[in-house]
Amino acid sequence: MARIDLDHIRHSYLSNPQRDEDYALKEVHHSFADGGAYALLGPSGCGKTSLLNIISGLVAPSRGRVLFGGEDVTDLSTERRNIAQVFQFPVIYDTMTVFDNLAFPLRNRGVAEADVKRRVTETLEIIGLADWAHRRARRLTADQKQKISLGRGLVRHDVNAILFDEPLTVIDPHMKWVLRSQLKELHKRFGYTMVYVTHDQTEALTFAQTVVVMFEGAVVQIGTPAELFERPSHTFVGYFIGSPGMNVIPVDLDGATARLGSQVITLPGAASPSPGARIELGVRPEYVRVGREGMPIRVLTVEDIGRHRIVRGTLEGSDIAAIVPEHHELPSEPRVQFDPKGINIYANSWRQSLGA
Amino acid sequence: MDKTWNNNAWFLVLPVLVLVAFSAIIPLMTVVNYSVQDTFGNNEFFWAGLDWFEDTLHSERFWAALWRNLLFSAIILAIQIPLGIFIALNMPKRGWGVPVCLVLMALPLLIPWNVVGTIWQVFGRVDIGLLGRTLAAMGIDYNYVQDPLDAWITVVVMDVWHWTSLVVLLCYAGLASIPDAYYQAARIDGASRWSVFRFIQLPKMQRVLLIAVLLRFMDSFMIYTEPFVVTGGGPGNETTFLSIDLVKMAIGQFDVGPAAAMSLIYFLIVLLLSWVFYTVMTNYGQGDER
Repeated sequence: MARIDLDHIRHSYLSNPQRDEDYALKEVHHSFADGGAYALLGPSGCGKTSLLNIISGLVAPSRGRVLFGGEDVTDLSTERRNIAQVFQFPVIYDTMTVFDNLAFPLRNRGVAEADVKRRVTETLEIIGLADWAHRRARRLTADQKQKISLGRGLVRHDVNAILFDEPLTVIDPHMKWVLRSQLKELHKRFGYTMVYVTHDQTEALTFAQTVVVMFEGAVVQIGTPAELFERPSHTFVGYFIGSPGMNVIPVDLDGATARLGSQVITLPGAASPSPGARIELGVRPEYVRVGREGMPIRVLTVEDIGRHRIVRGTLEGSDIAAIVPEHHELPSEPRVQFDPKGINIYANSWRQSLGA
Repeated sequence: MDKTWNNNAWFLVLPVLVLVAFSAIIPLMTVVNYSVQDTFGNNEFFWAGLDWFEDTLHSERFWAALWRNLLFSAIILAIQIPLGIFIALNMPKRGWGVPVCLVLMALPLLIPWNVVGTIWQVFGRVDIGLLGRTLAAMGIDYNYVQDPLDAWITVVVMDVWHWTSLVVLLCYAGLASIPDAYYQAARIDGASRWSVFRFIQLPKMQRVLLIAVLLRFMDSFMIYTEPFVVTGGGPGNETTFLSIDLVKMAIGQFDVGPAAAMSLIYFLIVLLLSWVFYTVMTNYGQGDER
């Protein structure tokens, strides 16, 4: 186990990057604490897999350093970094038995056969494949194969971290849930440092203590699931996390009030963005109250999604969504109010702190 | 959805059946017909029963050609399969080198058989051939017309030159289908270059290798044109393979009956050996228990 530091990492797949756009990873400067469970969350192509491969050493960063436990490993090969990685598609060695698959990384490192046997047997118990030990690996189902990929990491007790690259993509929904719970269980039991790449917010928010949200090659926010939900530091985080995403409405700012067309919204505090910045107000649908008071909206659709309903409409020409309880009555001339604790102000897409 | 059963659908395969009948079944039956009869020309035929088959199986000439042919196929497979795998492993995976290598590899396959034969026939000649003259200048006594070993070496090298590409292209296709994650996982597991080959590349190439072995075996076992052009089966009968012998018998000597019997035996041997290769290679590594 070790703490992982990414020291001003930049990466480009071009041989001679010039501009910022040439970089697949713009600049990542972040530490993964020893024994933490992290998720790298972002849309396809945001650079999260590149970042993971830089940690494991499969990709060498164009700039910056990678440190494991304070030691510079930037130039170390993948083998010598002592990392486990589970890929999107299960990688198994077809011709070997399940037992030999798990023994493979140990035997390659010259571990004595008695130790190999003991550790593989232990690991097979943990991943629940003990009964399959002497079967050919190729006959297994996708989730069993993915467990083998995981097992090849777990069998090495001394790994610095276990990295997951969208590991549940090919797994059935039910098994996804089971495997994810088992991963959390493993994390609690053994305290591995785990980094989990995904584009699925549910996966990220349920797995990780800390979620790193990436967008266009940059980290836009690092925080707990609650922080990402309550105080998205970038409008992208607001859109990307939550269902439906945060309402982002262009407004004019005037001290501690925001003006939206003819409506005036009182803010919890005054913001002081740089002049000329594009100002937006962000409020999650969970914090939009629909009733007889407040600003008039025009309702377009109401979606019933079981426990609650989503009201979609327009407010002064901007799209707005609100979540209302299932049996909540909608007045004939509906109006909305924003709960002050759910109001965020963004200047050029970045969140502004609101002074008292 | 309900399945509709309609036996009239069989009529749809009728045209193909007719075509196959004319191209394969009828000629094959003609051969069967010849193999049980004797003729002295004039379109007169006499019933011979299984005599020609017995004669063939007791003929030293047939067994000599058969052993020669088996030896040839064994040498060809022993060289071309490992060499093909080796070249495929070392071909570039991306970049401008890929099309260049593929075209270079495909070139020998595009040359007609008798042209390949002619090229090597001239190439190896001691009086005017580049290879023959060079070897002579180096003091090596090489003459494929007189020396059986030289003749064999020439025919084997020619076949390797002509057909290894096929194995290379098949293996390359097999290798190209392996996802990068396998190599990455192997690096993380600390696998050696040999382990990567043994546990990832070779198993993933198994299917294409089966095809490569089958094609190369059948082709080499039925080889005719190239050695015929280069050595004409000589010196003596040293490079007379089954098909060369067959043609000598059927066309040179007009022994239609024995030739027909021999081709049927020949056909059954090819079928049998192909089946053996196929069965062994598809069942290899399928066992469930250690």
